[in-house]
This record gives sequence, structure tokens and C-alpha cells, in this order.
Amino acid sequence: MSMLLEVSGVTVTFDGFRAINNLSINFAKTELRAIIGPNGAGKTTFMDIVTGKTKPDEGRVIWGDKNISLLGMSESQIAREGIGRKFQKPTVFEAQTVRQNLAMALKTPRGPFAVLMHKKTKTNAERIEAVAEQIGLTDSLTRVAGELSHGQKQWLEIGMLLAQEPRLMLVDEPAAGMTPEEREKTTDILKEAAKTRAVVVVEHDMEFVRRLDCKVTVLHEGAVLAEGSLDHVTSNQTVIDVYLGRAHA
Amino acid sequence: MRKTFISQNPSVLWFILALAIFTVVVTILSEVTGIGLISTSFVKTLGKTLCLCLVAIAMDVVWGYCGILSLGHFAFFGIGGYAVGMWLMYARTEGIVIESLAGQPLPPTPQEISDAIGNQIFGVVGSSEFPLIWGFADSLFLQLLMVILVPGLLALVFGWLAFRSRVTGVYLSILTQAMTLALALYLFQNDSGLRGNNGLSGLQNIPGYEDTSQAVISIVFFIASAIALAAGYIFFAWIVSGKMGSVVKGIRDNEARVRFLGYHVESYKLFIFTTTAVVAGIAGALYYPQAGIINPGEIAPIASIYLAVWVAIGGRGRLYGAAIGAAFVSLLSSWFTGGGAPNINLGFYVIQWTDWWLVLLGFSFVAVTLFFPKGIGGLFDLLVRKQQ
Repeated sequence: MSMLLEVSGVTVTFDGFRAINNLSINFAKTELRAIIGPNGAGKTTFMDIVTGKTKPDEGRVIWGDKNISLLGMSESQIAREGIGRKFQKPTVFEAQTVRQNLAMALKTPRGPFAVLMHKKTKTNAERIEAVAEQIGLTDSLTRVAGELSHGQKQWLEIGMLLAQEPRLMLVDEPAAGMTPEEREKTTDILKEAAKTRAVVVVEHDMEFVRRLDCKVTVLHEGAVLAEGSLDHVTSNQTVIDVYLGRAHA
Repeated sequence: MRKTFISQNPSVLWFILALAIFTVVVTILSEVTGIGLISTSFVKTLGKTLCLCLVAIAMDVVWGYCGILSLGHFAFFGIGGYAVGMWLMYARTEGIVIESLAGQPLPPTPQEISDAIGNQIFGVVGSSEFPLIWGFADSLFLQLLMVILVPGLLALVFGWLAFRSRVTGVYLSILTQAMTLALALYLFQNDSGLRGNNGLSGLQNIPGYEDTSQAVISIVFFIASAIALAAGYIFFAWIVSGKMGSVVKGIRDNEARVRFLGYHVESYKLFIFTTTAVVAGIAGALYYPQAGIINPGEIAPIASIYLAVWVAIGGRGRLYGAAIGAAFVSLLSSWFTGGGAPNINLGFYVIQWTDWWLVLLGFSFVAVTLFFPKGIGGLFDLLVRKQQ
């Protein structure tokens, strides 16, 4: 079966430090995947490469049915190709309302002229409301995003991702700073989203990863250390040494 | 649709209303109606102030809404002035030359007329040849086109180069300062083709209307400036509301995030930068016929910095704030520097406002930035909140 995204042999060096070292990793069209690893393992750099923020020194990043290379594309082009990204720190547009945030993310033409001539339509309003329903912010649509609680901001950002209708969602630490109830809801949202697309979650929190109940990839020093179910990778002695050992120390 | 636009932007209605009342009152009190409570020279000052308000709201869109601190927008304003000034000067000189040559026994050839005009205009810089850039100077239509095209193209090329290389923040501000400085230095040269530091003068005389009094001309320009300001206000209010406004404000607050949403940020910046440059050019084209003279000093780097100061004092991110700031500070500035403010005698030292005004302005700028970041326009927020 052909893959949605194939990263192969990618290397990135920052001032002599190999942040990513000959990394190869693939994602299927519909799957939920967790990526774990100690600090500095290259998790965020990996996302930067896929979304076009960082250019690798070597390697290939192949995307979609037509097997096009993402290298050489700009961030906005990659986003339009269908890769959405949620940042570690919730980054929503705090000066604008929840509805405006979602409207901006909604999959519509992105050119300046189309945006200038944009008219609000009933279909789009319904799409926004459907997303708001999914993330539980229906009652907050008219609120300014800056007033939302930390957890709500995280959901809004996930909602913005959903509104983009991406084929691949890269989600960086969605559960950071959330209460247990909020985590549960976040898990549900992500699992639901993964039914129709690929969702990749970078997470530190083992409990949260366990709840996602999905395939886990362990990164270490910029390369894949182990891959499989959470139980499988956590029983791997090397993983225990480099990651769990350090995490519990 | 219209209704929603107004209801989403209540300031548009109030602004236009206030501007309309102001325009009518000034016109009635001017020398045109015979009442003459407002002198022709003050009508010109007010008309010029409206043009400054227009360039200030353009500055607010590019800085307050899109987050690009351009310190070069006065260059576009000046280019607009030069473009219209070239026609004014050419056409008027042509009229004078033809009149003076009419008395000769042999009718002058077109070449003689052209040489005489060249002598008149460029004699001051020791030349009589028409530089290439004066090629369209005999056509009002083409020069008016230049008012839009030259600032637009300059902004497009400059912006494309700067934004494409992802130059942002203070580096972009420095680049825009360099742009306006380079342009001013170039125009200062006698062989720039625009009369060096003499600039273009006599612009208050409108060719074809030699018999019309300045009182009438000043009111016509005043009303034209008011209409341009109103149109500019509606245009920019439309741009910064709705989805375009969302994206533009998003770029100001978090450029990278907008990029990852799939928007080509550079195109949006270029659109805003170029559009505001064109409006600045139009404002300049209306300003300089009222000022009567334009010289390269007008587009010195400090002019664009003043523009930013007006917008900051008036209140960034709200169009009426920028207009109020420009009107307030520029009128106050002419009052202080024009000898209107009485000097203060401290006994041991006399505070002369012509010298100390800049110090006062500097302190006000710092105070507003520190204590009232929303500026004068922020006061309206308090009013509106009290009503609710």
C-alpha cells in the first residue's frame, strides 16, 4: 500500500550538531501515530522539515499519491498540499474571535484576491459550527480567543487544524497543561480525526500516549530507535536505557 | 451587504459624518462665501492636514494592522507630489512662454517654445534640456497616472525584494529609511532632472485657471482632499474588515502561524504595502498643489518617522486614531513652530517653542508609548464602553 508521507535518509545539521541523523519514517493514509523521545531527539525538527520550515541537508520527503517532493516547497504551499500543524505552545490569534480564527483556517481559496472578495456563506458558517461542535467551543464562537482557557486554546488550535481539512495532521504536545478531563476529550478528538486522515502526535506524556492506543515511534538522537505498540517499545531495553531511564531519573 | 459593512464598522459612518460637517462648516466660513472667518491660507493648511490624515491611515494599515513598520511611506507621498507638480509646472510655464513669444513678428516654432520652457524650468540648475522623465509632463492624464503607477511600482519592486527575503521588524524599517533617504539624496542632485534642491514651485497656480482666485482654488482642493480622505477611509475600512482583515491582523500577530495555515504571507504583505503606497501617492498629489512647493527635503527620512509618530500618538490599529493623530500633531506642530504658542519666560531662561517643540513632541511620543499604547483613539473605546 502506498504511503501518504515517506521520509527517507534525512539529515539536518545545525552548527555541526546533527539534529536529525539519517531519519526514515513513513505514514499511512489513515493512521494515528505517536512520536516520543527525550528532549533533543529531533521531534520538533522532524515537524519543521515536513512543514517546510527547515531544509534538510540530505534525504527525501515524498508526499501523496503523485509522489511529489516537499523539499523546495514553501510553508504555505505545503500547508495547501494538506499538511496541518499544531504548535507546542498554543498559537491562536488572540486578538480575534474563535469564529474568525476558524474562518481563517477553513479550507477556502488562499489567494489575496479571493480573500479580499470573500463573502460569508451559509455553507462555510455551517462548516465552522461543525468544527466548533467537535472541539466543544460552540458557545464560545463570538468570544475573543485571548480570553479562552489554556485547554480551550489548545482545542481551538486543533479545531483550526480540522477546519483546514488536512490529509496529515502534525500535533505537537496537544495535552500539555491540560486537566485529566480535558485530556480525555483531546484523545477523543484526535482518534476521531485519525479515522479519515493521518494524525501524528508528538507527546512527552506516557499516560496520554497509552490512551491514544496507537503505533508508537521512538526517536533518539535524530533517528528512529524503535517502533511498535507502546508495550512493545517500552519493553525494549535500549528504549528503557536512553529514554525511560533518563525520564525517571 | 452594505448594512453589515456599516454595522461591523460603525466608525466609518461617524468619521464620514464628522468629515462632512467639518467640510461644510469650513467652506461656509471661508472667503469664498464672503464670510471670511477662515483665511485662505488657513483653508490651505486644513486641506493639507486632510491629505496628511489620508497618508496616516495608509500608514496605520501597513503598520497598525499588518505589522510592517515602514519608515518610508512619505517617499511615496512625495513622488505623488512630484508627479502632479511636473504637469503643473510644465503647463503653467508653457502658458507664460507662449504668451511672451506671441508678440514676435514671426510665430515661434514648436522647438523654440520647447527650448524656452526648458530654459524657464531648468535654468535654475544650469540646464535647458528636458530630461527623459519629463516626457509625459505635457499630459495631465499621464502625469496623474504616474501619481498611481510610480509609487505603486516602486513599492511593488521594493516590497517584493524585501518580503521575499523575509526581511522583517527593525531590519525592514531600516531598509525603508534607506529607500527614502536614497530617493531624497538623488533628487537633491541638480542633474536628477527634477531641479535639485529647488524642487518644483508655483504649484498653487493651476494652469487654465489663472483668473480664478486662490480663495476658490483653495476650497476646491480642500473639498477634493476631504473626498479623497473619505474614500480612502471607506476603502481601507473595507480591506481591514472581513477575512482580509483577519489574515492581515494574523500576519501582524503571528506571521509563521498564518504561513502554516496555507496563506502566502509575502503576497499579502506586498498587497498591503503597495496599496498603501498608492494611496500615499494620491495624498501627496493633493497636498503639494496646496503647499505650492515641493523639494527633496519633503521626503527626508525624518518625514516618514513623523508619520509613524502621528499614528502612534493617534492610536495604532484603528483608522480614525491615525487620522486624529495626524491632524492633531501636525496642526499643533504648525502652531508651535509657526510662532503661535507664546514663549515661556522662566526668568533665567526663555523657552522658545520653535526650538523646544521637538522636545515636547519627543516626550509626548515616549509618554504615549509607555502609558497610553492605544493613543488618542483609545479614548473612544472608553466612551463606547461607558455607553454599553
